[in-house]
Amino acid sequence: MLVLDCPFCGPRNESEFAYGGPALAPRPADPSAVSDADWVDWLTVPPNPMGEVEERWWHLRGCGAWLTVRRHTVTHAVTEVRLGR
Amino acid sequence: MQRYSFLSLCRHALGQHRGWAPVWRTRPLRDRYSAIIVGAGGHGLAAAYHLAKDHGITDVAVLEAGWLGGGNVARNTVTIRSNYMRDESIPFYVKSVAMYEALTRDLNFNLMHSRRTMIDVLQTWGMVRDRRRRRLIMDIYGSTYRDIDVAELRRRIPALTGGGPGSRLPILGAAVHTDAAVNRHDAVAWGYARAADAMGVEIHQQTPVRTLLRGADGAIAGVETARGPVRAPVVALAVSGHTTTLTETVGLRLPLRTINLTAFVSEPVKPVVDVVVNCPDLGVYLSQSDKGELVIGGATDLGQSFRRDIKQSVFEDTVAAMLELFPAFRRLKLMRQWGGHLDMAHDASPIVSATDIAGLIVSAGWWGGYKAIPAGGAGLAHLIATGRPDALTAPFGLNRFRHLDYVIETGTTTAR
Repeated sequence: MLVLDCPFCGPRNESEFAYGGPALAPRPADPSAVSDADWVDWLTVPPNPMGEVEERWWHLRGCGAWLTVRRHTVTHAVTEVRLGR
Repeated sequence: MQRYSFLSLCRHALGQHRGWAPVWRTRPLRDRYSAIIVGAGGHGLAAAYHLAKDHGITDVAVLEAGWLGGGNVARNTVTIRSNYMRDESIPFYVKSVAMYEALTRDLNFNLMHSRRTMIDVLQTWGMVRDRRRRRLIMDIYGSTYRDIDVAELRRRIPALTGGGPGSRLPILGAAVHTDAAVNRHDAVAWGYARAADAMGVEIHQQTPVRTLLRGADGAIAGVETARGPVRAPVVALAVSGHTTTLTETVGLRLPLRTINLTAFVSEPVKPVVDVVVNCPDLGVYLSQSDKGELVIGGATDLGQSFRRDIKQSVFEDTVAAMLELFPAFRRLKLMRQWGGHLDMAHDASPIVSATDIAGLIVSAGWWGGYKAIPAGGAGLAHLIATGRPDALTAPFGLNRFRHLDYVIETGTTTAR
């Protein structure tokens, strides 16, 4: 069980949260300047390291905030929880 | 290859079983092959077998980081079925299930293949509608699916005493898939390895691949292993969760995320369930092995994970869900638990494909890939030998992402 330190509610069990997928890189500012291949890459290819990833978690059974969590995919160690992206 | 039969068993019994040859040989690692397959799991070994048998290519090395059959081929729930949803998927899995049925004879190795009906226990109207839709699609492709009522369900699975009218999710009906089966995962790995080795394929255990190597022209040149470089014009990756770990060493990005899937077994008990029971509304499925252990599968961890253990919260949820329907199982002791890390593609369908790097082939995204081993291995071998996919694996190329032409497969896990 992960314990995520919600900025509003303090440390809470993973079971209070819903997983929202990998945190995507920011949407390209000028869409028309991006090639088709880069769009597909942005949309479908998440980082998949044996290391830290950033992912979105929703404090569904708590304050309702969408958080961004930095977590290690091998140790599950959570090194950062922040509000928003 | 020593063939196994009743006669050979008798003959070796007379010699006090001292005359058996090793099932596969350990040979020195050469520095060059016609093709390298990374990963001696189900898909890698099946591909090596089909390369030798169907295409006559035997100058092949299968490189395995650990021991043969110790990866995800041993970390699943051995459920073989073909109740899928998509036009692309159903013929592939129907073929794979049919190949499994003949495999014991083809490999001359007892896979302990046991045809078991799979029964989906339906507890929400949405799921009832979903299964009816799935049945209509599957009818087209000759896979089997049939509805039964609650009385018939309880007659066929007497241990299923929960889910009554007063429960949280009363059982509404059930769907029966008679093509489903279970077999012995070790035997599948060993049987393919033995048959491939007999035709000249080299299997090298304890040979972890560190990086991929590219030539001056950008094409794949081989792999760098812990035992030194090995060169080949074609390298196929069948490494389950670690596909991106290897492709990133040559700068290739793939639409894959690695996740961890939960399974565990109980102590062995007398026969109590003779079918594979799947409870899609609760997210748990189970079958009883020939040894008597209940093999129980649950959900994935939330988020990416390269671990191979299971999370306590996922484990508890799975046990609680099972006990809702099988309250008598609360007295069972649980013996072992494991997670298998697998890579899931963006659309949750497998990838058997050439890549942007010439000579590099990936077989990945197998979420529930155990049932796909025979047809997936044959498809991978065809791609290695000819450079083109065969008809059954053609829909699972990487090009589908380029065109946003996904194979959205909701039948991927039994638990959904």
